[in-house]
Order: sequence, then C-alpha cells, then structure tokens
Amino acid sequence: MRIAVLFPELLGTYGDGGNGRILEQRLRLRGLAVDRMDVAVDQTVPTQADLYVLGGGEDSAQLAALERLTNGQALARAVESGAAVFAVCAGLQILGTELPGADAVPVAGLGLLDLSTVRGEPRAVGEVLATPNPAGPLIQTLSGYENHGGRTHLGSAATSLATVSIGIGNGTADRAEGAVQGRIVATYLHGPALARNPELADHVLGLVAGPLQPLDLPQVTALRAHRLRLPTPPP
Amino acid sequence: MKVAPGALEELAAGRQVAIVSGTNGKTTTTTMLRAALETGGPVASNAAGSNMPAGLLAALMSPPMTGACVLEVDEAYLPGLLPVLAPAVVALLNLSRDQLDRHHEVSRLAGRWRQGLADHPPHVIVANADDPLVMWAASGSAAPVVWVAGGMPWSQDAALCPRCAQALRFGDGDGWACSACELRRPDCAWTFDEAAARSADGRRVPLALALPGRANRCNATMALAAADALGRDVDAAGAALSRVGEVQGRYARHRIGSTDVRLLLAKNPAGWVEALEVLGTDGPPVVLEVNDGSADGRDPSWLWDVPFEQLAGRPVVATGSRGLDLSVRLLYAGVEHRVAPSALAAVSATGSDQVEYVGNYTAFQSLRAELARGV
Repeated sequence: MRIAVLFPELLGTYGDGGNGRILEQRLRLRGLAVDRMDVAVDQTVPTQADLYVLGGGEDSAQLAALERLTNGQALARAVESGAAVFAVCAGLQILGTELPGADAVPVAGLGLLDLSTVRGEPRAVGEVLATPNPAGPLIQTLSGYENHGGRTHLGSAATSLATVSIGIGNGTADRAEGAVQGRIVATYLHGPALARNPELADHVLGLVAGPLQPLDLPQVTALRAHRLRLPTPPP
Repeated sequence: MKVAPGALEELAAGRQVAIVSGTNGKTTTTTMLRAALETGGPVASNAAGSNMPAGLLAALMSPPMTGACVLEVDEAYLPGLLPVLAPAVVALLNLSRDQLDRHHEVSRLAGRWRQGLADHPPHVIVANADDPLVMWAASGSAAPVVWVAGGMPWSQDAALCPRCAQALRFGDGDGWACSACELRRPDCAWTFDEAAARSADGRRVPLALALPGRANRCNATMALAAADALGRDVDAAGAALSRVGEVQGRYARHRIGSTDVRLLLAKNPAGWVEALEVLGTDGPPVVLEVNDGSADGRDPSWLWDVPFEQLAGRPVVATGSRGLDLSVRLLYAGVEHRVAPSALAAVSATGSDQVEYVGNYTAFQSLRAELARGV
C-alpha cells in the first residue's frame, strides 16, 4: 500500500500529520508492507498512491494547498482510478465544490466531495463526540477536537460520517459531522482523528487493503475510554 | 485583576523599557537581559513569567521604580502594548504554533505584530532573522532592526512566504528565501556558535552558559544584542547572562526520594524539539508529563508534531491529565513506555537514581509547587 500525505507543512497544523503515521503503523503492526511518502509543497503530487491523506491548516496555507492540487489535477485523477482519500478540516473543505477564499470570497474547491463551505460564527472550538451515521460503515462513537470557522453543507451525493452529540461538526441544523462519498472519508475532527478512533483508521485502510485482522492496542483502548467519558472541560 | 487604563503608560513613562516576546524562550531571555542590564544596578522585571497586563503592572510597581525595566510580554498582547510601554528595545524571538485553541493561527499573529510594529515603531528592534514570521513582522517597522541569526529548528509554521504565500526555501546554512518574491533572510549583526556570540563588526563575546542547549545560546545572543542596542558593555553583559543558572525552575535539579531529577519545561512542538535536543540520544530514563489546563491549550493534538521517535530505546514513563494521549503517541512512535498516575509515581516507576523530567506548563508548575512543599 502506498500512502501519500499531502503537503504536511501546509495541512498539518493541528497534529494531523499523525494520521499518516497511524495509518502506516497500523499496517506495519499487522506485518503488512507499506510505503508512506510525505509530499512537500514544492514536490509533484503522485498519481499512483492508493491512499491520500490531507489534514487541517491555516487559511492561507489551505488556499496554497488548493492551488497546488487544482493545478495538475493529480488527486482528481487518482480518485477517478480508485484511490481512497482521508481528509480533515481544511482538507475536507478543499475536496468540496466551494470554500471561503481570501477575504471570505468563495473559491472553487476540487469538487471531489459534494459539499460546500462558508464561514460561520462562532468559531467551533472544543471537544467533540459523534455517533456514526447508521447507514455508514462505523459503529463506535467518534471522539475528537474541532477548531474551525466553517459551516459545511452536504449535497445529495455525499452522506454524513456521523451526528454530533457534543460539538459543532459541519455546523448545520441536522448536527452532521464529516462526509463520505465513494472512497473519500472526511471529518472536522483533530486529536488526531485516527489516534482516538481506530475503527475509522481501519475503515480507511480497508477501502484499499480489504478486510484487516483485528489489532488490539491497549493504549488506544485506554485513551478511548478516557475521552468517551469526558465531561467537556469548561473553557 | 483589571489593569486601570493609563496605569501602565504612566508607570512606564520616562523609563528605559526593554520588551521580550515570542512563542518560546521569553522567560529565559528576559532573565538573561535583566542580568546583563543589572551590571549597571538593579533593574525591575517580571522575570517570574507573569507576562500579561497585571504582571507587567506588578513589575513596573516593583523596586526600583525608575530606570531600566525588562518586561516579558505575551505574544498576543504585544501589538496593543507597544504604544503603552513605548519601549526602547523590543526583542522578538520566534513564532510557532502554541495553544491553538486560544491563538488559532500563528500567521495571523505575525500579521498583528507587523501592524503594531509599523504603527508604533520602538527605538530599536532585535529580531531573529532565521524565523520568517518574525522577520516579516519586524521588517514592516520604521525602527532600525538588529538581526540575529537565532536559528530555526522548527520550520513547520513557515512553509509559505508571509508576504506572497508562495513556498519558502530553507537552505543549509545560508538561511531562507522566498521562491517567488524577494523576501529573504537578511544579513545578521549577531551570530553564535557553541562557544561565543559574534558581531558583524568583529566583536567576540564568550558564552560559557550555565544553561544547556542550543535554544539557550540563542536566547543569550538575543539578550546580548538587546543589551548592546541599549549601549551596554557586551563583555560585562555576556559574563553576567552566562551565569544565569536556573530560570523559574527550568533545568533545576531536585531530589525525589533517592532519585536526582532534572526539570525541563516544554510548552509546544518547537519547545519540545529543543527539549529533546537537550535530552540527547541516550542517558537516564525520561518522565514526560502532559496536561490540558487552560494555560496549556485544551487540545494536545500537537503531540503528533513532536519527534518522540528520538526516545526509542530509552526507558520512558508517561503521565499527566493527557498521559493517555501521550501514551498513544509514544506507541505509534515505537517508544516502549509505561503510564503512571502522577509525576512522582512516574519518577519512582523508573527505579533509577537519575531521571530527566519534561513537562508542559501546568504540569511543570504543579510539580515545582509539590517539590516546594516538600515530598
């Protein structure tokens, strides 16, 4: 499996670089071969990876990443030929049809997810708990941390990943969190998301690798137990 | 405590105020600069690190209430305090991600610095030329800038040119430059190596620091350049700041049971990179403590930005209110470790007579308080 982590210097502000490392390690710990590459800002985006990973980033960094992905369309071509994508926060917004550009003027996203994002107040900052969409592949409660100023509306081709019980998520009235469309999975959750949600990590890997044997990591189980019983700390 | 409007301005008026700001190294640099300036008599300072308006007020009201005053200023408060404190010198250390639940975006903070320094130029700025965000902030001011080659071991917040948002290139040795516009690292008035600070006009000031690590040689050079900008004798200043041996408990050694423990503080990824450099590749067991108090930032996702892989093969014990997050980070970093319920239990779990402790802000402070009470 080839995993490409896109522009970690731009899309890794909230520790999301950890997602690429977690995906890689969860394959290695099962004895499977994996080749992870971090694609730097001035490098060409490969079209041959099986799984692409995008994280969150600041506004100017997000637009710089979008510009690089729009030019060349490598990610779009890879998705067309069956690659999977896991995207977080700014990464989620980039994959949609529209997002806030400089001075909040809307700009076109990559259009790989049927969703659009506008700026919204107040900024969504804090712990999140979310129940997976019953029509989706996940069962376990999602835990994470959000820090964004976007409101994301899903179109008919995308479904939500989960429904928030604590937190803002996509920021729409239906309390939707994240998006799933084809082999693309996207979320607003940091933490990083895959550190706290191993079922989500294995689902993303399984999109490419097929069914995986269970991986019992007591440290991860302990962290989940701790985060899931959390009363959100007061601000 | 609310600070009365005008109080700071009144107390600072007519005094030679030196400001130190940045993400990391503020307290140490402030302490060093104060030591350097005290070669000429006592100097007021908020050297305990209380760096918001209430702490600044307390410092300005402490003796001596005249003469020079060295103030550590919280990076978010800096722009608003420039017109109030009218500083003679502002030393700008570095800017990187820290408490993102509070600051959100570090590039915005750099933009606010730039605006503040342009609107209210201090008499002189001393700035780390190797940090592109700091350089961008300082270069917008009409104030003369003394550039220091402070180094930049953490460049993850400087991928893009702060002026034109194109990619920055970091060379080996000759600094950074924008790939598109003409913004580049300026030539420096001060550089440093393992043994000394050097000025472009040929002065060499020995830095036989009592404090360890590259980051502290940078802090020392910044303090030295600021003292020089204030017209002080650099040899006397260098000798005085080299003697600073402990800064608010940082690097202090304590006896816990039968174990000798050295305390290190690291608050954010850039700080942890510097702390891991001080720990080196082998040595005594390591206790790591990470909390999520409001002064720490509520979200420890940044643990994944820290190269904990460097600790593989060394005995490690994790603790803190986010010790379990740390444990998962260490697991995926391939670092074998144990988890303990408290710092003291963690130290004891090492079974070693020597331990290196690294904690983030509230973790470090609560361990210090506990040690002060006696354990």
